[in-house]
Amino acid sequence: MAKYYTQEIPKTERIPKLVAHLYAKMPEIESARARLITESYQATEDKPIIMRRALAFEHILDNIPIIIRENELIAGSTTIAPRGCQTYPEFSYKWLEAEFETVATRKADPFYIAEQTKRELLEADAYWEGKTTSELATSLMAPETLKAMEHNIFTPGNYFYNGVGHVTVQYDRVLAVGFQGIIEDVEKELAGCNPGAADYCTKVPFLQAVIISCRAVIRYAQRYADLAQKEAENCSDAARKQELLQIAANCRNVPARGAESFYEACQSFWFVQQLLQLESSGHSISPGRFDQYMYPYYKKDLDGGKLTREFAQELLDCIWVKLNDLNKCRDAASAEGFAGYSLFQNLIVGGQDKEGNDVTNDLSFMCISASKHVFLPQPSLSIRVWNKTPHDLMIKAADLTRTGIGLPAYYNDEVIIPSLQSRGLTLEDAREYNIIGCVEPQKAGKTEGWHDAAFYNMCRPLELVFSNGWDKGEKISIETGRVEDMATFEEFYDAYKKQMDYNISLLVNADNAIDVAHAVRCPLPFLSCMVDDCIKRGKTVQEGGAIYNFTGPQGFGIANMADSLYAVKKLVFDEKKVTLAEYKRALAMNYGQGFDAVSAGEIVAQIAGEMARNGMTVDEGQIAAMIQTVMETELPAEEKKKYEDLRAMIDEVPKFGNDVEEVDMFARDVAYTYTKPLLNYRNPRGGQFQAGLYPVSANVPLGAQTGATPDGRLAHTPVADGVSPSAGKDVFGPTAAANSVSKLDHGIASNGTLFNQKFHPTALSGEKGLENFVALIRSYFDQKGSHMQFNVVDRETLLDAQAHPDKYAHLVVRVAGYSALFTTLSKSLQDDIIRRTEQGF
Amino acid sequence: MDYLQTKGRIFDIQRYSIHDGTGIRTICFLKGCVLRCKWCCNPESQEYAVQEMTVRGKKKIIGRDVTVAEVMETVEKDRPYYNRSGGGLTLSGGESLCQPDFARDLLHAAKSAGINTAMESMGCAGWETVERLLPYLDHYLLDIKHMDSAKHKEFTGKGNELMLENAKKIAAFRGVRLSIRVPVIPTFNDTPEEIRAIAAFAQRLPGVEDIYLLPYHRLGQDKYEGLGRKYELPDILPPEPAHMELLKGVVESNTSLRCQIGG
Repeated sequence: MAKYYTQEIPKTERIPKLVAHLYAKMPEIESARARLITESYQATEDKPIIMRRALAFEHILDNIPIIIRENELIAGSTTIAPRGCQTYPEFSYKWLEAEFETVATRKADPFYIAEQTKRELLEADAYWEGKTTSELATSLMAPETLKAMEHNIFTPGNYFYNGVGHVTVQYDRVLAVGFQGIIEDVEKELAGCNPGAADYCTKVPFLQAVIISCRAVIRYAQRYADLAQKEAENCSDAARKQELLQIAANCRNVPARGAESFYEACQSFWFVQQLLQLESSGHSISPGRFDQYMYPYYKKDLDGGKLTREFAQELLDCIWVKLNDLNKCRDAASAEGFAGYSLFQNLIVGGQDKEGNDVTNDLSFMCISASKHVFLPQPSLSIRVWNKTPHDLMIKAADLTRTGIGLPAYYNDEVIIPSLQSRGLTLEDAREYNIIGCVEPQKAGKTEGWHDAAFYNMCRPLELVFSNGWDKGEKISIETGRVEDMATFEEFYDAYKKQMDYNISLLVNADNAIDVAHAVRCPLPFLSCMVDDCIKRGKTVQEGGAIYNFTGPQGFGIANMADSLYAVKKLVFDEKKVTLAEYKRALAMNYGQGFDAVSAGEIVAQIAGEMARNGMTVDEGQIAAMIQTVMETELPAEEKKKYEDLRAMIDEVPKFGNDVEEVDMFARDVAYTYTKPLLNYRNPRGGQFQAGLYPVSANVPLGAQTGATPDGRLAHTPVADGVSPSAGKDVFGPTAAANSVSKLDHGIASNGTLFNQKFHPTALSGEKGLENFVALIRSYFDQKGSHMQFNVVDRETLLDAQAHPDKYAHLVVRVAGYSALFTTLSKSLQDDIIRRTEQGF
Repeated sequence: MDYLQTKGRIFDIQRYSIHDGTGIRTICFLKGCVLRCKWCCNPESQEYAVQEMTVRGKKKIIGRDVTVAEVMETVEKDRPYYNRSGGGLTLSGGESLCQPDFARDLLHAAKSAGINTAMESMGCAGWETVERLLPYLDHYLLDIKHMDSAKHKEFTGKGNELMLENAKKIAAFRGVRLSIRVPVIPTFNDTPEEIRAIAAFAQRLPGVEDIYLLPYHRLGQDKYEGLGRKYELPDILPPEPAHMELLKGVVESNTSLRCQIGG
């Protein structure tokens, strides 16, 4: 007999109804949380911050409006409006006020906001002036760091303006003992606190804050029980009445106590997942190994005849819908970078237990079915792949990939486990890893990984080599010498490494300042009670309470830098076809392709700055006229041709992604310029920095901040995505691209790497198509690739969706580390997805 | 190992081919063909001579001379994919049998390296030529286009007698799997009767289990212009999926062969 049930269980009629209800309207911003937290903070100014956080959380949970949506089986909504969002002024708020009038009409992730909400938010926000984490972080950064950020060398925007999130807590423990069990443990710990101990004055308030938070969560569930009871009493539909009574019974018991059934376990899981996000605004709060910690409850009920597979599947499907009910409004620039209303709640199936046994079970298959049934971007479904992953599970996963939903993402245990061990995890912990957010591996319930700590644009330091540390008329980095004087490639490459090192040190400074700001202003007692060893240490995760601590900022533009440096090496130094001086001028002139408004603005700003320094005043009208002049300037035909010839020459130089050994090994070395120096730095929680190589969807907006690069890329066009080759530069198909990418050192990038491939559906058609597709993944992983994900959709469909968004409201594409609804993405990101080389056709 | 130095003329090597033979394969396209099929989607394959073709406004040289060892260098790159998928090397063309020594030595090199081998071919050569490379071939993907020799000649330039004769001999040769492939071309062979006749012939070949119906497509049309040639079938449209299903039904109801639409 098979070890697990692999048959497809059909979805019920309830599921499409839930989805339709959720997506009936544009998501909305609500003000309840902002009002409540402000009220609470105003009343607790005399208390320690940890207590203020707990009391605020309690005040919110006791008073925030609650709702059970039509047809729901799992209750718990953060907003009255479906897919609505609350705001989190303690982290930042000014951006939203500035965008009040545009947030509903912007291209990426619009939100409706009512006039009354605006007024209420303005009123609440007024309290927070000078009190946010972002303001404290800014004050803690070195001036040169602020300068580097202003010049877009890197952006730590994620945690700078929001909560951290990026964690997987001990769901298993809540399911087993409930928050009452946790409170009992904390009370024991409290009883053991010795007033003479050095940490007494911080540990006791922390533990008390945990108890307040857990009790608040229990009361919040009781509010739902009461609401369900009341609705049941008024419900004339007998079937629905029964469902509501069951919801009431569930919420009376969990998450207060341990779950007594699979259904209760589902409800208990949901409250944890929902309320972690209500405590702070962090995204990527990841359910992790859901198929593992839910399985005992499923098995027991199934064996005991209390549960049918059909109902279990329906409950999973309901949770999948709920995961899309949570939402977050980001500032316009970040919304482009994280486009698709995504919360990156990564849920992973399959893999090994701590002893190295494969633990695929019925739920692993049912989770994949749930994504197929619901067909929404959340959860970010992932699958762990290792040598003993059952072929059936791979085929089931591939069958989901084939639908074009961009899920699941595939992760390679054989790379990730040793990589985590190299960062100090025990073998047992490493074997139990799950993925956070996009691609970041860690051990659940023990880690504060700060996984998405910044985007670092690897292209910008190369610009600084050409400018000798200057940018837009300002000196912002170290001087590495005039490029015109560099006589060898080694000298040039060395200058790049120096510019990288210097700016990496500033990146570290930015992250550490923000890290401290979170510990000082926004410690999170509720989250911390579900991460070891916070209770014993008497510290929140923000203060270093977790067993494993990391900071993982992302480098991107590997392919562009590999191709750029290789082109310089070949054309300038090996073949001597062009000088660095000529190259520099070609880049400054955008290869003769004219200046867009951004470049023209930069040039004019530089001129205006110099004029101002010479005592000349320039008004706005003059500047606008100058910009116009620059944009309209036509280069002499001869000069233009020279640049175009250079670009044609560059085009002939081999590129990363084509399985050319020399170029690929070069790319490997270029990646080291980012991944190696980072390992030398520590964060305030006592942990290490570790690199990731993935850009979320920031390759488009951050590419827009980058001038022309020596690989022939024009100014302000997207840079390459993740570790993938530059769009359109890999011309020998998916195996060649995968071979090239596999030659990077994925193990050292222990915060994850991201490799995107796009397939036309014909490549996966039929049983044979699935088999070959699985073989492709297996083969990439044989060669020590770490992660792989796929867009399966044809170009015509994408173009049509762009032209008729209303016809394609549900078209899901894999953007970077996650899936998003195509029509909600900005035009430029849509174009980027369309442009990616269409593989295998 | 002299066979590694054999030279031949190819016009492309295409990796990650999943529609020609089992698993993930690398296809090496040999230049030169005996037939002149009017629908041919690789017109640049027909002449043995190196040619110039205009591709998206740019002149491109079609055809280069390489050694077996050079081809194998590329073929080797995807070995992990062959291992996982049961794939390997596929020779295509043109007609590989037009360069019999090169074709044989390529297959020999792959086979010696433990790589599965397949060949797409019309079988249009003397038996002694075909016979020489069969020991190195795992899978013969044999085109049969029409059972009526006169019509075959009208559309391809040659009658079908030699190919049908070779088909029987290949089928009788032990150790080579034989599959039959039929390009389905409207106005040429897309009626149920014509397909049934081919299927009936395939059914009589010992050991043949599969037949592939490959729907006509127009992806090669631009290349004719690029070569300065006239495309002779400008008015025909690719067969409708429903029609392909109908033909598949014809095969399945008249034979015990597995029938697949597409490669």
